[in-house]
Amino acid sequence: MHELSIAYSLVEMAGESAREAGAVRVRAVHLRLGALSGVVRGALEFGYEIATADTLLAESRLHVKELPVRVYCGVCRKEVELKSVQRFRCPECDTPSGDIRQGRELEIESIEIEMPE
Amino acid sequence: MKARVLEIRKGVLNKNDEIARGLRERLHAAGVLTINLVSSPGTGKTALLQRTLRELREQGSSVAALVGDLATDNDARRLAEAGVPVKQINTDGRCHLEAQMVSDHLSDWDLDRLDYLFIENVGNLVCPSSYDLGEDLRVVLLSVTEGEDKPLKYPNIFNSADVAVLTKMDLAEACEFDIEAARANIAAVRPGMRIVSTSAKSGVGVQEWLSCLAEEKQSRLVGV
Ligand SMILES: Nc1nc2c(ncn2[C@@H]2O[C@H](COP(=O)(O)OP(=O)(O)OP(=O)(O)O)[C@@H](O)[C@H]2O)c(=O)[nH]1
Ligand SMILES: [Mg+2]
Ligand SMILES: [Zn+2]
Repeated sequence: MHELSIAYSLVEMAGESAREAGAVRVRAVHLRLGALSGVVRGALEFGYEIATADTLLAESRLHVKELPVRVYCGVCRKEVELKSVQRFRCPECDTPSGDIRQGRELEIESIEIEMPE
Repeated sequence: MKARVLEIRKGVLNKNDEIARGLRERLHAAGVLTINLVSSPGTGKTALLQRTLRELREQGSSVAALVGDLATDNDARRLAEAGVPVKQINTDGRCHLEAQMVSDHLSDWDLDRLDYLFIENVGNLVCPSSYDLGEDLRVVLLSVTEGEDKPLKYPNIFNSADVAVLTKMDLAEACEFDIEAARANIAAVRPGMRIVSTSAKSGVGVQEWLSCLAEEKQSRLVGV
């Protein structure tokens, strides 16, 4: 399980940004998580609780936005959403496509911070 | 309390990715093709690598290998028998290699004299997929004894790879391995990925695997 070490990286990155901005506390982290990120959401949430203890992020909430895989279909000439990561084919015309446009994200979108009075 | 929202828009593994980018630039400048081998435990990474290192050395190529291991140095010793530089990366229980570990272990090798650098990752089909090591080629191995549906069970790692190598082909018949089903499953999660069938034991497919490496070196590092 690497979600714990990913949680520590996440907390480190969010904490650094918060300190640079002069924050005294982080209330929430908004994360974008692609279906191909290799990270299991439940395990990450569990790791988050552990990794945030005794940091600026203690007691903060982790909001996860899950992103499905989107590929470009050369036949339909547009981006399409895959229904399953086990089938890299256009759901409309069944053409195989590995041209991934979304789904690998493991990204902090934003954080909610508290500033000193 | 005054609260506000701070935009970040940065990858959580940004630091690893930056180190990997730096490594890739250094290795490219030195003309080295770097290969990251990933698979479940026991698929045959070390066995194929032993053979690969020996054959490449005999062809006059300069090769080296790093091997990640949770606790032992058995694989490093097996690989060193090929008579090439080998270093063990002890991951201290961590289930994958990271770019920094690779970087730390390259410091006393002269990269300019190297043609191929192989990195045997920790046997694990989940965690290594998230960590770029600065490699040119991520090679996922699948043995005939593991079943044809591994790619469907672990789509992330197969999807993140550039080449798939089937291993232990000498056992295919005994295991009633359905190679067409395996190919179809790999294609389902990674359309168009090159698949090479090998046996480190009998030597079947090893030449094709070596040609694959030579072609990749040619196409990725040409003019460097
Ligand atoms: N019959 C046969 N056995 C093989 C072949 N390749 C590897 N093996 C056997 O499979 C077992 C595991 O091989 P390794 O090369 O150690 O596998 P690995 O992927 O490096 O394993 P870890 O590093 O522990 O993840 C050993 O007993 C090998 O002898 C092959 O081509 N044919
Ligand atoms: Mg091994
Ligand atoms: Zn289509």
